[in-house]
Amino acid sequence: MQDILSTFVRSIFIDNMIFAYFLGMCSFLAVSKNVKTAMGLGIAVVFVLAATLPLNYLLEVYVLKQGALTWLGPQFAEVDLSFLSLIIFIAVIASFVQLVEMVVEKFSPSLYTSLGIFLPLIAVNCAILGGSLFMQQKEFPNVGVATVYGLGSGIGWLLAIVGMAAIREKLNYSDIPKPLKGLGIAFIITALMGIGFMSFSGIKI
Amino acid sequence: MGLSEKNKLILLGPLGKDNPITVQMLGICSALAVTSKLEPSIVMALSVTVVTAFSNLVISLLRNTIPSRIRIIVQLVVVATLVTIVNEILKAFAYDVSKQLSVFIGLIITNCIVMGRLEAFALGNKPWPSFLDGAGNGLGYGIILIIVGFFRELFGSGTLLGFQVIPQSFYDMGYSNNGLMILPPMALIVVACIIWVQRAKDKDLQEK
Repeated sequence: MQDILSTFVRSIFIDNMIFAYFLGMCSFLAVSKNVKTAMGLGIAVVFVLAATLPLNYLLEVYVLKQGALTWLGPQFAEVDLSFLSLIIFIAVIASFVQLVEMVVEKFSPSLYTSLGIFLPLIAVNCAILGGSLFMQQKEFPNVGVATVYGLGSGIGWLLAIVGMAAIREKLNYSDIPKPLKGLGIAFIITALMGIGFMSFSGIKI
Repeated sequence: MGLSEKNKLILLGPLGKDNPITVQMLGICSALAVTSKLEPSIVMALSVTVVTAFSNLVISLLRNTIPSRIRIIVQLVVVATLVTIVNEILKAFAYDVSKQLSVFIGLIITNCIVMGRLEAFALGNKPWPSFLDGAGNGLGYGIILIIVGFFRELFGSGTLLGFQVIPQSFYDMGYSNNGLMILPPMALIVVACIIWVQRAKDKDLQEK
């Protein structure tokens, strides 16, 4: 239980996808122009991360890791398929995103129109693949912790993009040196927010 | 090897006016986290260049046979294969660096710069210009990484590629390393400064 709680808090505030690892920066910078669309993309990311992480975790534990195939029979104990993990992970993510898009389109057209344009973007959002690769590196004890990690990372990303969008909306009315307008100032604000988030790094639960 | 005017522009444009990071806003994602030292930045820059150049080449060779409905998946598979090869090579010949780069080599797959160039260039052009375009964009991206890595290592640890650059007498006089430069947010500040300098020089690039 404690494991789950501390993984959750760590993944939101301390190992934040954007401020600590710069993952998903492209869509972060491109879509953070107003709060409403930022919220839509953020929710989609939370959902996809929380769903693909356990899937990839199960694949990692039962198919890819060295000795993971022992359930097929003792002769498979030596097989190590981990060199395939990049391809498998990206395939799972891309097909899951496609699947979600189709399901949402069929059952909830109103959600589809508000979220739909963002879904294809997500397949190539580095934060999603990054989540799976960090999961592989951190060797979580069970699938519950892995799911919570995915959920937490997603929420961290959501907080970051919504905060950023709110600041950028206000930024329209401020006087910025010309060469810094747009991209330049966005970088500086992200950095300042990142320094702010670093104040959480001492917390232990 | 003589390059025609047009091909030269394709290769060298991304190094300055058409830079993928500071102008096209592509591929900021995966790589800035590795720039706290110069050595991993150089390795990362090389890996990205190799992957963009060869994936552009492969996709350009296949461009007439890929059905456009499933092109994203095809592109992902090609890129993922190339990245796996780079990853295994690094593990075999430069194990320490590959440990430092950890997941970020794998993340080249979803680096928007690779997909962006495939979609924007390789799908509509012949193999040789596509190869040059990939190489040019990889290099333009790499240059930014190396500049950022250079300043962060110099000011953050006083070393370059692991060698002490700032002499001991400076420290005796009271100079100390700027610990803030090692922290991730400073990578963004350094990039913002590069953008500032570039756009102050070149007024066409300024946003309204």
